[in-house]
Amino acid sequence: MHAIWCIAHKELKDGLRNRWIIAITLVFALLSIGISWFGAAASGVVGFTSIPNTIISLASLAVFLIPLIALLLSYDAIVGEDEDGTLLLLLTYPLTKAQLLLGKLLGHGLIMGISTALGFGSSAVIIALFASGVDLSALSIAFTRFILSATLLGVIFVAAAYFISALVSEKSKAAGLALIFWFLFVLVFDLALLGLLVATDGQFNPELFPYLLLLNPTDVFRLINLVGFEGSGSGLLVMASEVEFGFLTLFGVLLGWLLLPLGAAYWAFSRRKI
Amino acid sequence: MSVVELNQVKKHFDGVAAIKELSLTIEKGEVLGLFGHNGAGKTTTMKLILGLLTPTEGSVSVFGHSPASPQFSDYRYHLGFLPENVSFYQQLTGKEVLAYFAKLKKVNKKRVVQLFDEVGLSHAINRKVKTYSKGMKQRLGLAQALLTEPKLLLLDEPTVGLDPIATQDFYTMVDQLKKSGCSVVLCSHVLPGVEKHIDRAAILGSGQLQALGTLAELREQAELPTVIHAYGEINSDILRSELEGLAIHISSNNASVMKIKTSHNHKTQVLRQVMKHPGISDIDLQTPSLEKIYRYYVEASATKNSNTPPHMTNSMVKTKEGAQ
Repeated sequence: MHAIWCIAHKELKDGLRNRWIIAITLVFALLSIGISWFGAAASGVVGFTSIPNTIISLASLAVFLIPLIALLLSYDAIVGEDEDGTLLLLLTYPLTKAQLLLGKLLGHGLIMGISTALGFGSSAVIIALFASGVDLSALSIAFTRFILSATLLGVIFVAAAYFISALVSEKSKAAGLALIFWFLFVLVFDLALLGLLVATDGQFNPELFPYLLLLNPTDVFRLINLVGFEGSGSGLLVMASEVEFGFLTLFGVLLGWLLLPLGAAYWAFSRRKI
Repeated sequence: MSVVELNQVKKHFDGVAAIKELSLTIEKGEVLGLFGHNGAGKTTTMKLILGLLTPTEGSVSVFGHSPASPQFSDYRYHLGFLPENVSFYQQLTGKEVLAYFAKLKKVNKKRVVQLFDEVGLSHAINRKVKTYSKGMKQRLGLAQALLTEPKLLLLDEPTVGLDPIATQDFYTMVDQLKKSGCSVVLCSHVLPGVEKHIDRAAILGSGQLQALGTLAELREQAELPTVIHAYGEINSDILRSELEGLAIHISSNNASVMKIKTSHNHKTQVLRQVMKHPGISDIDLQTPSLEKIYRYYVEASATKNSNTPPHMTNSMVKTKEGAQ
């Protein structure tokens, strides 16, 4: 545990030093305040509209940004240390590969968690302070759920970045693969599902369809933030509204989604030639 | 119990043998020099001892345990390692880097500052590592290896980038560590200066031990001549007849210098004979340097039959040399 915390602490300090934490927090804060206040501007309304509208808009933003930021933050976690020669050194210390991986995950997870909480939390605070007639308990439940699931989504992509980082021998390759990974999960997957629907004239097994969404953590994240808001999904998610996944079930699926890339990362790291 | 024990170790990478067969022990308080050309298997041997690699065949034991096993983690506190190439964390200061490694080894911060003093880096303690020269990084690496006052220290090319004074300081430090019971494995290309500080030398070539022993033993085994230069007014004919059977070769370029090549065993006898000549004004004695010994074994390994069993290597080489 000591070793895990040492490594997590260093990652966290690095995050502060190279301004990652402050940069991510600012991006999240500005975008989320903007969306909560001007999200309905197209329909001629300026100001806070409703909790479901705000959360759903925020979720569609976060689903693009968070995976990208998480991958950028951690794609060099292993290959970078290897290039600097510190990986070889660290492994001669009283430290196992699993501890090194978990320490990094904890550190990067904290960076994602802190920035998400501060960034998106700030818009919750602004809504609570300046919008009129807001149900404060509903607001805090919705935002807590949003921040928790967004952090978890970030950590999943951090773990995926470790897998990529442990596989390749050069930092630039890791960066390229991370970008492809992001593209596949954030854009291509949903488009492929839509394509499947259109090609089969919507006749594709409708009972199976919602479960296909569970195969992508970004869709699970969106589903989590839909639960409880009636009929307010858009696009693909409408299909899922027929099956009511429980909140805990969806969180369980996300946790499972964390173990998969983390296990793959450990496997690739153990096989890596030092 | 030996601190390090390699028993008939073989290591293959994708079917290619990096270590063909290697048996080696290192005792408490012993300084072992590990020499060999690039690709001879030095680094692989180090990694095997560090538990970063597992042997394909044979066994490695450090402090009586397998270094690659997860249980070995606790013994790593007593292990110091200086890698050949390490650039550390560029954006951190020297102090921050060392403090991080100290924390991982549960060493307190006072020791960090003290170590900067010991390796002569106090002036750069708060500078970022990216501004460090090669020699400064080397000192930082050394400080890192000495964090816990280790029982086993593995040094890969420790003096690369160090100036002569720093090199001398470094060897003084090795001598002190040895006195306190620390075993040291010293891997180096820079041969001059190492001789006095190592107990035994192991010369690796093409994945096998070409030679192992104290320098005196290796000198004897290699039968490299000791060269004596005698200066002064000497009757060379008389000397030649006196040294019949003792000297391997006698030559003189001019009247006042005689160059006598002799074997290690006959060295003192030759000296005694030479000293009897009243005209001698000066004598200069050159025992074969580590560099010569190294060259001898490395060249021997390059010409020897590849399927020679390792334990026969030395004698085989000798007979071949003798036949030529």
